Amino acid sequence: MGFKRLFAFPTVSAFASTAFAQETAQKAEEGVARWGVNMTQGVTEVSRTTYDLHMLIFWICVAIGIVVFGVMFYSMWRHRKSRGYQAAQFHESTLVELAWTIVPTLILIGMAIPATKTLYDIYDTKEADLDIMITGYQWKWKYDYLGSDVSFFSNLSTPHSQISNQQPKGDHYLLEVDEPLVVPVNKKIRFLITANDVIHAWWVPDLAVKKDAIPGFVNESWTRIDEPGIYRGQCAELCGKDHGFMPIVVKAVPEDEYHSWLNDRAEQAALIKELTNKTFTFDELYERGKKVYASTCAACHQPNGQGVPGTFPAIAGSKVATGGMEGHMSMVVNGSPKNPAMQAFGAQLNEVDLAAVITYQRNAFGNNMGDTVQPIDILNFKNK
Amino acid sequence: MAMSANTRTTAKLLTLAVGMLGFALFVMPPLYDAFCEITGLNGKTGGRYEAVPAAVDTQRTVKVQFVASNNENMPWEFKPGVVELKVHPGEAVDTVFHARNPTDRDMVGQAIPSLVPFKAASYFHKTECFCFNQQTLAAGETAELGLRFIVDPDLPPGVNTITLSYTLFDVTDRIAQQTQNKKADASPI
Amino acid sequence: MAHGPKPGFTRWLYTTNHKDIGSMYLWFSFAMFLLGGCMALVIRAELFQPGLQIVQPEFFNQMTTMHGLIMVFGAVMPAFVGLANWMVPMMIGAPDMALPRMNNWSFWILPFAFAMLASTLFMEGGAPNFGWTFYAPLSTEYAPPSVTFFIFSIHIMGASSIMGAINIVATILNMRAPGMTLMKMPLFVWTWLITAYLLIAVMPVLAGVVTMMLMDIHFGTSFFSAAGGGDPVLFQHVFWFFGHPEVYIMILPAFGIVSAIIPTFARKPLFGYSSMVYATASIAFLSFIVWAHHMFTVGMPIAGELFFMYATMLIAVPTGVKVFNWVTTMFRGSMTFETPMLFSIAFVILFTLGGFSGLMLAIAPADFQYHDTYFVVAHFHYVLVPGAIFSITAGVYYWLPKWTGNMYNEAMGKVHFWLAFIGLNVTFFPMHFVGLAGMPRRIPDYALQFADFNQIASVGAFLFGAAQIVFLFNVIRTVRGGKKATDEVWENPQGLEWTVPSPAPYHTFSTPPVVR
Repeated sequence: MGFKRLFAFPTVSAFASTAFAQETAQKAEEGVARWGVNMTQGVTEVSRTTYDLHMLIFWICVAIGIVVFGVMFYSMWRHRKSRGYQAAQFHESTLVELAWTIVPTLILIGMAIPATKTLYDIYDTKEADLDIMITGYQWKWKYDYLGSDVSFFSNLSTPHSQISNQQPKGDHYLLEVDEPLVVPVNKKIRFLITANDVIHAWWVPDLAVKKDAIPGFVNESWTRIDEPGIYRGQCAELCGKDHGFMPIVVKAVPEDEYHSWLNDRAEQAALIKELTNKTFTFDELYERGKKVYASTCAACHQPNGQGVPGTFPAIAGSKVATGGMEGHMSMVVNGSPKNPAMQAFGAQLNEVDLAAVITYQRNAFGNNMGDTVQPIDILNFKNK
Repeated sequence: MAMSANTRTTAKLLTLAVGMLGFALFVMPPLYDAFCEITGLNGKTGGRYEAVPAAVDTQRTVKVQFVASNNENMPWEFKPGVVELKVHPGEAVDTVFHARNPTDRDMVGQAIPSLVPFKAASYFHKTECFCFNQQTLAAGETAELGLRFIVDPDLPPGVNTITLSYTLFDVTDRIAQQTQNKKADASPI
Repeated sequence: MAHGPKPGFTRWLYTTNHKDIGSMYLWFSFAMFLLGGCMALVIRAELFQPGLQIVQPEFFNQMTTMHGLIMVFGAVMPAFVGLANWMVPMMIGAPDMALPRMNNWSFWILPFAFAMLASTLFMEGGAPNFGWTFYAPLSTEYAPPSVTFFIFSIHIMGASSIMGAINIVATILNMRAPGMTLMKMPLFVWTWLITAYLLIAVMPVLAGVVTMMLMDIHFGTSFFSAAGGGDPVLFQHVFWFFGHPEVYIMILPAFGIVSAIIPTFARKPLFGYSSMVYATASIAFLSFIVWAHHMFTVGMPIAGELFFMYATMLIAVPTGVKVFNWVTTMFRGSMTFETPMLFSIAFVILFTLGGFSGLMLAIAPADFQYHDTYFVVAHFHYVLVPGAIFSITAGVYYWLPKWTGNMYNEAMGKVHFWLAFIGLNVTFFPMHFVGLAGMPRRIPDYALQFADFNQIASVGAFLFGAAQIVFLFNVIRTVRGGKKATDEVWENPQGLEWTVPSPAPYHTFSTPPVVR
């Protein structure tokens, strides 16, 4: 009895695929689905086929298991010395041995046929409505909407205080980001997947998409989401220290909502360009910089700026952060020429955020340099 | 007698072990490259293609998308001149990528191509490509990097979009190291 | 030739005696098993609750990496070599191994390799943190400086394994007693012969792949770097070309051990001896053509994906034949359930469960959901812990009376078994669930919906760890004394090892036995 119920246990996403789509999804989002024991059915044709395939193989295994273990437990019960059972002495039978070579082979062929069919579906990437380039970074994702100027990074948004157990953990602990990937429903979306540094893997269980992101090479995959909702996943290839802290959030919305979102993003980009010419006060830069530091720098240099000895240098009292402005800008914008772990953030952050975070680093952790740098200075430095 | 049998067995097995080491070091990498080229694995495109005059298939149009990205620590600006082109199989098409070195040091870059879908890789021919060579850009220098390609008329019928990606790597140190090694080899000691 | 061992430490340092070397291998592997086990407990303690409590992510990654490396290369492989050293000469009626001096050397370089590997924990930048599969470029351009020591220690382990394997092949091919034809050899000897060939074929490939890493890191080549025309995926192909046969290296000798124990306690000959031999050989052959099933998500052409899927599914056939043979051996036997038999039965059941999840993983489209999740962790721990560890434990209990001349404490053995059996299942079964529910492997912290099962798994891990202390205590007690064992030890067991006295004299079969 318990068995079937156990496997019907709903996960967050299994809810999302029911008829009540959005409201139910919202409700399910509120709690955490505990004791989940099975693969999600997901919200795409492919994910459902994959689930069916998974269950088919599972039940075949269960059936084989019942037969094999049944015989075994039967003889362990009946054929024991303590019951006075006399051992038979047979030790071969060509017919039986032939049978248990051929029958499993036939079962395997039966499994291979649906598996092959599903694989062909998954590989059919042609005629997509939308192309999104996904780039894995240590330890965040970048999304480029090909054919538009929209491009952004998606960072873990769970505060450090939750990870270090100083605050209670939220429902989406470690599965929440500052900027989700927004996509329209009922459109074929092709993903082009690559990486910037080491190998990552982009995985969202509800979409049944998992593909390695390999530096220098592009992989492709696709999805067509049936239901609006929020679908969460994680990096699935060990990529260094914060491998466990680079989640993926996909927000599937109706098509018109998607288009207005896309327009908003384009406008925001224009706004940032405008802000680049504004002069900020020290406090404005410091406060903004604090946030940027937390989402972008703290993973390696640590929230207290002390770094990790031998691996990631400290910001507190460092030569760069307490030295010339030019050198500091160069380090942040262009990265370290010596240490590949220090990336070039010039292309990852906008000028306002760069100015803010540099100002913050020069004045936090007891560095107290007292100076600021303005977005326009960063722009000029970049264009020099 | 027993000794010599053991020695013979040992010699044979050691040969097998050394052979497998050689196989891993010297056979597997080129074998893999050849395999990639045939199957288009990882979207590796071939080297320079000698153009043979072929009929342009004007009945068919293929969309070619261009994507540029930088590997870590590559501060250059690098982007395609146009993001996509509609081409007919068989015609030679020219396009450019823009690159700029915003840093204050001279740098060398290498662009690595990758093409999806993989099965189209062997039907995408480049007659001229900046990726055949390393690119040297002085501090602040800008360059237009040219690419001329032909989509093979034999391109499998299902393929109507090809995405060509270039990832730009900073190879300044690698090149410096190689020249240093060469100098060391050439020195008369 | 009746003289005994030298007294003192030099006995162990200079020994060329297969029994001494076998014992040293076994003790060494047990020490490594405890070390790797402690690392596993660090991992499980950190994963007891969501949030970071005990270790930081960088140290967590070092623990997963070192746990894997130490268990594979330090615990399982040397234990099998130790059993081979002890048992192969005694099973084929040989006076010793074919190359006794090389035997000494192949053991004694091991402690240095592992001392070097363990020392990386104290180096600046820490120990290797890129997983036991050390995928480039995480293990090359992005590796801590200690990677060079890791590479050299792999070289030494590889050399040790190759020498050990050559020795075993030479012994089996050249040292059999008159009348001991190949098809009369016990299955443990057969499976080891095949395993030894696998080792000789693939350990050099491992040496090759780490050498390429070394070149990339220090000598400016770019085998695995796209920037210089290489390819990080090449690493995975070369690694798994080694890696897949490697996992069979860790399981084939286990088949041999279980095939010796089950007939003894079922009091019935092994069913289908020759099909067992052929099944082992076909598994070994197939292991060379399935490597890319570890890389289904890497982006292969569909033809490659299908080929590796079909080839992998095919492995289920010979593996199934083995399981059916064991079950049929038990069928209509006259069974008793001493500790070695309990471990062997648990082996058959749990290894089969691991085989089922392996079959599920072989299905490429479903593997896209399973790949690199805890489902995979559950799968290979179900194959390796009951597969390798339980069979080694069964073998130790089975042959310990022969080695020491004393019976182990049966009650304590059963306590060990049940603790280990329950601990193992409590630890690894819930991992199937969290994996299917979406938990990636190799993460130091996880989302809240995975919390409950992780907590259970952590409790199980400590139970499993505690069981090993019972084992250690039982073995030490048996070595020191206890009820004297008869020469046959068990009821009418088959094999030449039972024809010599218990404990086995320092030199056995100085004159070859006659095999009918």
